[in-house]
Amino acid sequence: MLQEESDLSLIIAQIVQKLKGSNLYAQLERQAWASLQRPEIKLESLKEDIKEFFKISGWEKKLQNAVYSELSVFPLPSHPAAPPEHLKEPLVYMRKAQGSWEKRILKSLNSMCTELSIPLARKRPVGEQKELLNKWNEMGTDEPDLSLFRPVYAPKDFLEVLINLRNPNYENGDSLSFRTHLGLIQVPLKVKDIPELKEFFVELGLTTGQLGIDDSTQVPPELFENEHVRIGQKVLAEQDSAAAQQYIRQGSPTALRAELWALILNISSQPEDILYYEQLKTNVIQHDLLVDSLIYKDVKLTASNDDYYFVFEDYLYQVLLCFSRDTSVLGHFAYNSASPPKSYIRGKLGLEEYAVFYPPNVAPLCFLYHEPSKLYQIFREMYVRFFFRLHSISSHPSGIVSLCLLFETLLQTYLPQLFYHLREIGAQPLRISFKWMVRAFSGYLATDQLLLLWDRILGYNSLEILAVLAAAVFAFRAVNLMEVTSLAAAEAVLADLSTLKVMPLLQIFLFATVT
Amino acid sequence: MAGKVKWVTDIEKSVLINNFEKRGWVQVTENEDWNFYWMSVQTIRNVFSVETGYRLSDDQIVNHFPNHYELTRKDLMVKNIKRYRKELEKEGSPLAEKDENGKYLYLDFVPVTYMLPADYNLFVEEFRKSPSSTWIMKPCGKAQGKGIFLINKLSQIKKWSRDSKTSSFVTQSTKEAYVISLYINNPLLIGGRKFDLRLYVLVSTYRPLRCYMYKLGFCRFCTVKYTPSTSELDNMFVHLTNVAIQKHGEDYNHIHGGKWTVSNLRLYLESTRGKEVTGKLFDEIHWIIVQSLKAVAPVMNNDKHCFECYGYDIIIDDKLKPWLIEVNASPSLTSSTANDRILKYNLINDTLNIAVPNGEIPDCKWNKSPPKEVLGNYEILYDEELAQGDGADRELRNRQGQALGPKGGRSRDSGRTVLTTWK
Repeated sequence: MLQEESDLSLIIAQIVQKLKGSNLYAQLERQAWASLQRPEIKLESLKEDIKEFFKISGWEKKLQNAVYSELSVFPLPSHPAAPPEHLKEPLVYMRKAQGSWEKRILKSLNSMCTELSIPLARKRPVGEQKELLNKWNEMGTDEPDLSLFRPVYAPKDFLEVLINLRNPNYENGDSLSFRTHLGLIQVPLKVKDIPELKEFFVELGLTTGQLGIDDSTQVPPELFENEHVRIGQKVLAEQDSAAAQQYIRQGSPTALRAELWALILNISSQPEDILYYEQLKTNVIQHDLLVDSLIYKDVKLTASNDDYYFVFEDYLYQVLLCFSRDTSVLGHFAYNSASPPKSYIRGKLGLEEYAVFYPPNVAPLCFLYHEPSKLYQIFREMYVRFFFRLHSISSHPSGIVSLCLLFETLLQTYLPQLFYHLREIGAQPLRISFKWMVRAFSGYLATDQLLLLWDRILGYNSLEILAVLAAAVFAFRAVNLMEVTSLAAAEAVLADLSTLKVMPLLQIFLFATVT
Repeated sequence: MAGKVKWVTDIEKSVLINNFEKRGWVQVTENEDWNFYWMSVQTIRNVFSVETGYRLSDDQIVNHFPNHYELTRKDLMVKNIKRYRKELEKEGSPLAEKDENGKYLYLDFVPVTYMLPADYNLFVEEFRKSPSSTWIMKPCGKAQGKGIFLINKLSQIKKWSRDSKTSSFVTQSTKEAYVISLYINNPLLIGGRKFDLRLYVLVSTYRPLRCYMYKLGFCRFCTVKYTPSTSELDNMFVHLTNVAIQKHGEDYNHIHGGKWTVSNLRLYLESTRGKEVTGKLFDEIHWIIVQSLKAVAPVMNNDKHCFECYGYDIIIDDKLKPWLIEVNASPSLTSSTANDRILKYNLINDTLNIAVPNGEIPDCKWNKSPPKEVLGNYEILYDEELAQGDGADRELRNRQGQALGPKGGRSRDSGRTVLTTWK
């Protein structure tokens, strides 16, 4: 159809435009020039021969991966006359909400600055720079006085904002019907129901082998695991992003995970990347931001006390401090409803936006990558592709608003008794599960389980699985939850998730529950 | 058998007492008729000593072997292992094979060690070969990291040479004897920190050797970043992983206590280094534990009233080679964190299930072969009887060049590790 074709050519044009500015383009150009020396390249059939050469040498694959990567993050085609804000976030009331949330954060930061008479940003004196450089690998052992710093906001505050979101064009009507949504989120976004989820997550079905289930010690490895590992190695050998993404839906073997994730996120460690990281590091050394202290405090409170992640405390500081100064992250704002505060445009300051993320998202990655610049790249890519959606208000199906709504809808529709009971005792389920979803379960699940879950996030290019898992956890503990009589007791039942096995829970909830 | 098990202990630890009480056992004093005595190492000395000792009857069990110190004293452990290796070499056993530098291929798992003052001259010779090396001095009879220090100059241990020269007829009392070992200054670091492994091994009998490994071992991390720099040799927080020491560091954290589970370690290593090398590492760890037990088995008093739960300390270097540092007869039952308490409670629980079958009054004549179901978190590390039964069927394969590494010490996930025996 004509519309689709012109959409497609528009997309192609835009991707080409984007890739032309990338490193890959320069490399391909160099390769093409170099290939002219080769005997098989003939002048008459120059174009065909070079294409053939690219195919054989693996450069075509790299290009394919880059295109695939762009497609994953590409916003849906839209009306040509739509203004840029529309591309970021089509719903006006969402944009407004995000805007006022950002203003609130900024205001809070500014007032903290005035209160403590600390500038938002300042250049470090040389002595201090040297000191920080020496301490770079051990920032965890330094204990500056952080008692005066308050976290800018807690997940609870963010949840309150989400709860108060309303679509001004939507009239609910005064009468309650059994269709009324009784959860906390009151915006009419479209979320998938279980039949749709079953289709979306078809590879998680009961008849398909999974890592996290079919690799347990009782199952002989010949049945699934060995073959799966073999296929994984083949995918890596082919260096095919799309295949890797499909493959990882069934989970990644531990030994292959680091490479598979890098392949799917299309990250290769070029010298330029290492240089970039070093530049960011220099930036940290030279300038001190208020956010740094907030990051420091947050890591100290969370990761350092965690059974698994305390070992990597120092890596976390390095990655997060650099991240707060990374301008290339700006690129993702094209498809994020958030916009950087105006102070960024003045040039020097970091993105206040990043005062509000949750460090534990980095920590599980430390289990896979121990080289700082690679760790940094992976983290950055995961953030700009997925995790930022957990911290900003948007209508995207993977945005936190949709996830909350999906969770509540699943619970209300498929576990109505539990849902009503919890509501009655003043324990709205979302109040408990919000903190899990906003951190992508990091810090709540055992590390190996968390990595299996994140495998699927990458595989399906969506965060919806977080909401499904949250609902599955409630379903699993339903019997105990039915007996509690207070919010505190409900919290206690759900306090410890560290023994849960993620994949069986998901499978049972999606495919084995009688609906 | 009717009647409740009567127990005594001289170690007042809740993880022990709770376990006895939950079995409905009855507490008695040591002067009464007891069936089960969980004793400290001092007490075991008395029970089996020539002067004050007494005979144990068939329905009495204790938790130490009479001469456990053959394994648990640092100097005796090294002596026994050296002797074991020489014996194998004399027999021409392939286990004792050496490489072109004269290092044992399969039995080099203890860092080069000398007794002081006895081997002082031998030590000096070795020291001079690599003068930039660091050595660690450990008192033979102490624990918890007490009295340990590092040296990198001969002058720092002049004391032991002077004494041995001037007072050759005065024997040092065993309490002042030291061992000096080559310090492993390239430990595997995670997050830039040094750590060691604590593994629990239960031995129910030495001849035939039957031992079990507790699946839930843990890693103990230093709170401070590791540096081999000589200026930090005195900083015990960098070098010694004992919790007793780290506890006093500024950054010690009481929530996780600086510990990781072994399965965490496994996950990390598989993710960052690959499955094969990680599997090989763990195989090697099992191997060295079994070899150390085999080394002392001939000299151990295999008293049928005894079982013992050892705490093995192992360090992994950055080439993923495990080193046996020492074996503890009385691993700490103090819990530093909540998780710790749970772990130790379960450890004692599973130990008692194996050592005192069915929780009934013991009979020393039983064959010490518990059914698989009672193992709990233990898995069979080595069962000599079983291995010998299969040994006839197995070929003595030439292991050189086999990816499996040392002698087929294979631990499958289903939890049975059985090594072939060459005898």
